[in-house]
Amino acid sequence: MTTQLAYTYEDLPALMTLMTGDEKHSESATSTLDVLWVLYDRVLRIDPADPAHPGRDRFLLSKGHGPVAYYAILAAKGFIPVDVLEGFAGYDSPLGHHPDRALIPGVEISSGSLGHGLPLAVGQAIGLGIKGSPARVFCLVGDAELDEGSNHEAIAFAGRYALDRLTVIVIDNQSASHGWPGGIAKRFQVEGWSAETINGRDHAAIERALAAPHPERPHVVVAAVGGKY
Amino acid sequence: MGITSMRDRFGDVVSDVLDVRPDVAVVLADIGVGRFVETGAVARHPERVINVGIREQLMIGVAGGLALTGMRPFVHSYTPFLVQRPFEQIKLSLAHQGVGAVLVSIGGSYDAASEGRTHQAPGDVALIDTLPEWQVHVPGHADEAEVLLRDAATGMDGVYLRLAETTNREAMPIVPGRFHTVRRGGAATVIAVGPTLDPVIEATAGLDVTILYAATVRPFDHAAVADAPSTDVILVEPYLEGTSARHVAIAMEQRPHRLLSIGVPRLEHRHYGHRSDHERAHGLDATGLRHRMRRFLGPSA
Repeated sequence: MTTQLAYTYEDLPALMTLMTGDEKHSESATSTLDVLWVLYDRVLRIDPADPAHPGRDRFLLSKGHGPVAYYAILAAKGFIPVDVLEGFAGYDSPLGHHPDRALIPGVEISSGSLGHGLPLAVGQAIGLGIKGSPARVFCLVGDAELDEGSNHEAIAFAGRYALDRLTVIVIDNQSASHGWPGGIAKRFQVEGWSAETINGRDHAAIERALAAPHPERPHVVVAAVGGKY
Repeated sequence: MGITSMRDRFGDVVSDVLDVRPDVAVVLADIGVGRFVETGAVARHPERVINVGIREQLMIGVAGGLALTGMRPFVHSYTPFLVQRPFEQIKLSLAHQGVGAVLVSIGGSYDAASEGRTHQAPGDVALIDTLPEWQVHVPGHADEAEVLLRDAATGMDGVYLRLAETTNREAMPIVPGRFHTVRRGGAATVIAVGPTLDPVIEATAGLDVTILYAATVRPFDHAAVADAPSTDVILVEPYLEGTSARHVAIAMEQRPHRLLSIGVPRLEHRHYGHRSDHERAHGLDATGLRHRMRRFLGPSA
């Protein structure tokens, strides 16, 4: 259902430079860029003309920090007009340093405080299952965000509950203060998830990993950026 | 239904609602599961009675996710584990997402007195009160709890429903969101919240006071207070003292008035015992209430 606009991946840096004032999160923003592009360009069954369609896939940006890549892609895909990007973080702008679902069409959750998106995604996956929806649920978290204990409540439960409509993408830019000895994927696998670690800049690998079947299990894709690849 | 505790009635009513409303779900963190096994709801609706284990942050997050898909979640636990431990989830995973749930607590204030401070939560209503637009119900009888639960199931807003171990002898004919006038008098207006009604009636025996009964405190029935004859107001709450004092001020903003707030004091509580021990210690039993009211109203009352 994704609508093709004239914008391409190559246009995104220019769109991102329209938004200034959140440079402290620049690294965070660019870390998510490729995964977000592949999601919106090739994976998510969504329609900017009908962003609340009940059968749409859900994408939850749990790591709300550094959203300029997210906003640039929402603009490139027609969810928001490009001209709102320049007002970024102004008093009357719908675009803040953390996204607000009440202000931006197509944004599934308001995020910023870390550790909320994954529990919400678990609830959405259960709810969509109850309703018999075909929709999938994707949730993007950061490797440092996984420090929040609420994520581990969700990871453990989703594995036991066999939430196979749920896919989590961990953007691993190695920013967790104490790291993840043994690897992030293993933390999920021990709770019953299928897991894959990929180059978070390789679009073909991202698409393949997000499309991989994972019956009876939730799936995690650890997208390594900045250092590992 | 016969005489049941508010908690048992909660299990019965929500199990009924599950039978007829496919968009309703119950989210639990171990506590309360047994009652839904007894009612048969777990067997009839295993996909909609969701026990996340002892994971209270997840309990609220899952409720938020369910609500985002258009479902109506009921969430239940002891007050400190439902309201205080996962408060940021209530604030952000429910309120800030623009979705609601029905949060149903037990063990408020010192209903679980012998468990100690970890299980005592008199600050719950004050905390929920920081969230805009949330409804707060404090029933004083299982029949009232049923009315409020069934009403909450029909909406999509945020609702906090505080069940108590103590019940008044008789249910009041409540309308959600409205105070009920128990009797009228000119010496003072006494607002009795939920299970404080019976001790308030006993304490005011022989006093010419209006008694307003509040099973719903948010929204606060300002008109009922403003329209009462007296400008001396006595607010009796079974949780943190003065939680609704600002609403009395709003109701009486056009009338010079005096206010006595009676409730659980702001203390680091370190006593066990029984609920009645705490009521006596905080002046919330009939004797204590009468003493404080007489002192406030003076010898002419």
